Amino acid sequence: MLETTDAILLMRGISKIFPGVTALEDVDFALRPGEIHALMGENGAGKSTLIKVLTGVEHPDNGSIELAGRLVQVRSPQHSQSLGISTVYQEVNLCTNLSVAENILLGNEPRRFGTIDWRRMNALAAQALKRLDIDIDVARPLGNYSLAIQQMVAIVRALEIESARILILDEPTSSLDANETSRLFDVMRKLRASGIAIVFVTHFLDQVYQVSDRITVLRNGRLVGTYDTESLPRVELIAKMLGRSLADLETVSRARAEHELPDAQSLALKATGLGHKGTLEPLDLALRAGEVVGLAGLLGSGRSELARLLFGVDTPDAGSLEVGGAPVTRHGPGESLRRGIALCPEDRKVEGIVKDLTIRENIILALQARQGWARYLPESKQYEIAERFVRLLGIVTPSVDQLVGNLSGGNQQKVILARWLAINPRILILDEPTRGIDVGAKAEIQKLVLDLADEGKSIVFISSELEEVLRISQRVIVMRDQRKAAEYGKDVNAQTIIHTMAGHQ
Amino acid sequence: MTQRTKLFLLNHGPLLTTVAIFLLAYIIGGQLYPAMQKPQVFFNLFINNGSLLIVSIGMTFVILTGGIDLSVASVIALTTVASAVLLQNGLPPLVVMPLMLLMGVAFGAVLGGFIHFLKVQPFVVTLMGSFFARGMAYIISLTSVTIKDPFYNSLALTPIYIPFVPNAYVYSYALVGPMLFLATIYLAFFTRFGRTVYAIGNNEQSARLMGLPVGRTKISVYAFSGFCSALAGIVWSIALLSGYGRYAPSMELDAIASVVMGGTMLTGGVGNVIGTLFGVLINGTIVSLLQFNGTLSSWWTRIGVGALTLVFIGIQSLFYVRRKSVG
Repeated sequence: MLETTDAILLMRGISKIFPGVTALEDVDFALRPGEIHALMGENGAGKSTLIKVLTGVEHPDNGSIELAGRLVQVRSPQHSQSLGISTVYQEVNLCTNLSVAENILLGNEPRRFGTIDWRRMNALAAQALKRLDIDIDVARPLGNYSLAIQQMVAIVRALEIESARILILDEPTSSLDANETSRLFDVMRKLRASGIAIVFVTHFLDQVYQVSDRITVLRNGRLVGTYDTESLPRVELIAKMLGRSLADLETVSRARAEHELPDAQSLALKATGLGHKGTLEPLDLALRAGEVVGLAGLLGSGRSELARLLFGVDTPDAGSLEVGGAPVTRHGPGESLRRGIALCPEDRKVEGIVKDLTIRENIILALQARQGWARYLPESKQYEIAERFVRLLGIVTPSVDQLVGNLSGGNQQKVILARWLAINPRILILDEPTRGIDVGAKAEIQKLVLDLADEGKSIVFISSELEEVLRISQRVIVMRDQRKAAEYGKDVNAQTIIHTMAGHQ
Repeated sequence: MTQRTKLFLLNHGPLLTTVAIFLLAYIIGGQLYPAMQKPQVFFNLFINNGSLLIVSIGMTFVILTGGIDLSVASVIALTTVASAVLLQNGLPPLVVMPLMLLMGVAFGAVLGGFIHFLKVQPFVVTLMGSFFARGMAYIISLTSVTIKDPFYNSLALTPIYIPFVPNAYVYSYALVGPMLFLATIYLAFFTRFGRTVYAIGNNEQSARLMGLPVGRTKISVYAFSGFCSALAGIVWSIALLSGYGRYAPSMELDAIASVVMGGTMLTGGVGNVIGTLFGVLINGTIVSLLQFNGTLSSWWTRIGVGALTLVFIGIQSLFYVRRKSVG
């Protein structure tokens, strides 16, 4: 139940529905003054929607927000600032060409007869920074300072100008190094001591345990629960984020792992020491024909980075890659398509579907790209292909001329799958193919993946849902901190994987 | 080098380079052509480039927001024709001048409104504005109109002697640019409007999130540029005592070149009017050099300005890259 005592912010029963997807469903969230409250969840869990509701970027379809005991409706980001809710984003929204002092005070700068009083402005800014033990030359341009300092300046601005009572830090540490992070944490602790409520969004588990007092976990738009950080072991946190209790996961069948590969000797893909500076430590990977390899790991663990590297979106700067026995010398999505590799990217809205094109056009896209635009696929042929896949994958639509934007999430996902299946790839990399779609569609897509494997295709299956990884893959590779933490064969259970993800072997 | 001087050089490098090149060009000119050593030659720079300085100052603010104003030269031409015709019809100068300034402000504000509210590219809007103003100038009069007004004549012909410098003088209208220059230094560095201009040029989205009046400021900047153009037009009509639609051909490009030579980045947010002043002076010095030489085609001015502008863009990006890497 929601504890309502001495909360500064109470969000009750918040729901938000976007066309085709329920982003938030009946979520409660309570924030106390003087606490650091971590908001956790995988991609699509609803973290960012919840924050957007709180900052007035989105308006909830249902539910109420109480601020210091008063019912409010947050109309816009400006309105939320005036209510004392400030957000500091990963990319700092300040002006790097202006001085630190201006960035803190502009809009509220001390003036005499319309003339900016620079001396007083600098003094005020220095004073405000001093309160957080930051001692820098405020007359210098903000761009001269590191990202960490810039972020702290953004925080100081939030406190000074908007007199924030609630501070939302959205992934503030993603681009900071260890030193800068600990400095930011010092500032956060100081703010906590002064009674400010901090919402801390991050996907670094270590950091959550370092600074937060309480943790709220969201999953698939629903509230999993709010817990005291001290009494929530790391393994349990991960299990909650991934969606199943440990006991449930124990019973997931690993039937697929027993599946004999007809052609076990032939390697479809072999990566040796493949890596990319800053995003992925070098790792080895072998993929046999007809095999499903699951990639498990939390957000930011390097799973999507590996997919991008295999497909050639990013060019590896270490190691070598062999596809079908031939070494790869030129990397790039086009090259990969020609070699028979396809990637279904993680964010289908941004990187996958083109929602203003029809189903037919979306399905034909990759095939046409591989053919070269000069050799235009005749329209009748396009219809034939599109209709075949709509039938094959069971895409629910009145016609193939329907705009993809009008389909539900599950059907959109099938359209993307169809696009890649149309080019008949030998290797298929699926990055979160079942995220944000309903249970029935999930099961269908899982079945489809297994059918494809039975046809002899090799599949890299990336998912945050441990359950489906366990169910459909022969081998499971666990990623953590941008490296391969472990690789497991058929005798692995959920317990082991979660422990590997949490970082204790 | 201490960190402090290093940062100073990095932050002010482009401006210092501009000043250095101006001094260099001027000193070399003085060595080649001893007549150039006369102080009057320096003051002539302000007499001959009064209008350019004024529109370049307005242009600086526009470019600082990340925009561009291609209408300035046409507004000059329109102002000269309109004021000449109005004076011919007997309107007193003290009515004509404010009227012209008002027209400039209104014209700029309309362009700014298009840019801000309809989200049309500044390039497109001001190019259309340029066509409109130049066209209007010819509609008012196809031929050159002479100004016979006594007040204009006295402004045009009465020299003002420079104190402490023997025999050196300027005309009253040459003082308008330098006065505007001082006013805009105040505007840029000591008002919220000025600082907002810089903030918008750096990152419009951030400026908006910081709660700064982005729309109002953007429209004001174009209105200010319109004001400067009309002011430059008045100065021009005084200097030549006539109005003509053909005046100030492609001066908007000279203005942009001067602003860029002065160290203002076309992407916005970096630069100031001090640099612009020296940009205009360099432009004028090259013209003087060619005049003293006497044998070279005047088109070498364009080539020289073009080459220098390119060099400056190169220098700027070098400094910009360095500044980023110092961090």
